[in-house]
Amino acid sequence: MAYSDKVVDHFNNPRNVGSLPKEDASVGTGLVGAPECGDVMKLQVRVNPATGVIDEAKFKTFGCGSAIASSSLATEWLKGKTVDEALAIKNTDIVAELSLPPVKVHCSVLAEDAIKAAIADFKRKQEAGQ
Amino acid sequence: MLKLPIYMDNHATTPVDPRVLDAMLPYFREHFGNAASRNHKFGWEAEEAVEQARKQIAELIGATAKEIVFTSGATESDNLAIRGAAYMYRDKGDHIITAVTEHKAVIDTCKRLEKEGFRVTYLPVQKDGLIDLGRLREAITDKTTLVTIMTANNEIGVVQPVAEIGAITRERGVLFHTDAVQAAGKIPFDVNAMKVDMASLSAHKMYGPKGVGALYVRRRNPRVLLTPIIEGGGHERGMRSGTLNVPGIVGFGKAAELCRTELAADMAHALALRDRLNAKLHEGLDELYINGSMEHRLPGNLNISFAYVEGESLLMGINDVAVSSGSACTSASLEPSYVLKALGAGDEMAHSSIRFGIGRFNTEEEVDYVAAKTVSVVRKLREMSPLYEMVKSGVDLSKMVWASH
Repeated sequence: MAYSDKVVDHFNNPRNVGSLPKEDASVGTGLVGAPECGDVMKLQVRVNPATGVIDEAKFKTFGCGSAIASSSLATEWLKGKTVDEALAIKNTDIVAELSLPPVKVHCSVLAEDAIKAAIADFKRKQEAGQ
Repeated sequence: MLKLPIYMDNHATTPVDPRVLDAMLPYFREHFGNAASRNHKFGWEAEEAVEQARKQIAELIGATAKEIVFTSGATESDNLAIRGAAYMYRDKGDHIITAVTEHKAVIDTCKRLEKEGFRVTYLPVQKDGLIDLGRLREAITDKTTLVTIMTANNEIGVVQPVAEIGAITRERGVLFHTDAVQAAGKIPFDVNAMKVDMASLSAHKMYGPKGVGALYVRRRNPRVLLTPIIEGGGHERGMRSGTLNVPGIVGFGKAAELCRTELAADMAHALALRDRLNAKLHEGLDELYINGSMEHRLPGNLNISFAYVEGESLLMGINDVAVSSGSACTSASLEPSYVLKALGAGDEMAHSSIRFGIGRFNTEEEVDYVAAKTVSVVRKLREMSPLYEMVKSGVDLSKMVWASH
């Protein structure tokens, strides 16, 4: 299978690989997937409490090249977005941007799930803190 | 000078040996005759060349020339052996025994026969990939007509105790077929010493051309009869009709001869490179898991799981090296390798596996490059792996509850 240039670029030069302190109240962490299914994504956002804007996003992914590219792209898109704007990111946007073939659509679904899980985690912390 | 990309996927196919190609070329040019043409020189020449190849292939496996039936490849050979014997001996019994790690050409043929009313026992394998001979003995009933167990596995390179299986089947009066595609020409293989009744062979796995294979069919003690699955002009003693692929067969014969005369050197070469690769990977990385028995294994095979790294991403990282993975992402079915799953190590180990297949034309320099590249890519991917991070921070992955999808 040939990969699109964008997938190859994200795979070779992944953006925002790393971890944020997951106990931090301003950090939301999403961990989705399962090792036996062949992909696990950890996606984290740090939300500026004053503006509600995501000023940092990090990922670590165990998965195929398309899964790595999907999560790398997601972290790029998340930065500078508000929490509500982030929730509007759809897996189909990722499919289109990376030209993912049908067998790799699940990678984009996982990335969308990871975004939603990270934001849900952040919101939970906010509510618990209030 | 190192030439990229490096081919290290010799279980998938092998390059044609230049000496094989040289032997074939005249049979595309001047000697283009049909081996079944009985009344002119073109036919006679072709027939003579085919008979020469038959002898060369027979010699490789300790058979006689008349016991070699040419086919289009090992998939057809497996189909012919299993279906041919099942139909021929249906009056004697309707039970076949095979193993879960067999090639799809065997498994799917058995499944087809099940739909037609035959009964099939799929023997499990042990953690090392070997079948349990005790279970084989127990599985044989008076309705069993055929046992089909491969000699060497195409993914993990594990070599089954073929001689022991042959002793059991011979004693119980059951036919024994073995898919010897990965083994013949790579390790000693003798149909009489191993009491094999049928063996599938393929030219392109032994430095010959694609599109030609053979089925060894024993003629004496016992004489094996098969119902043909391809009907027509009655070629190949009626077992396989169809005009013979003369240039392909000539190449197959030459390839078999080279494998026979160079077996010891080929084995030593592959083993030395395989062990070098294995040692270098272990020097550079921790948490490597070898899939299948290291002791009962083809010399050129190394199947390793790189824990916490997904196989397809590893292939993508070492894209100037041609190897393959048991990861679901590299298979059409989106399922991880059923062979690795059968070893019981868990799906995540299958997803993380790479098969290195070393052959006659690989060099030490190539092995060193592949090892260094693999080590650096695995390190990079582990830095990106949430699983690796969790394990290093003391999380027990087996106790995690995953949101599966």
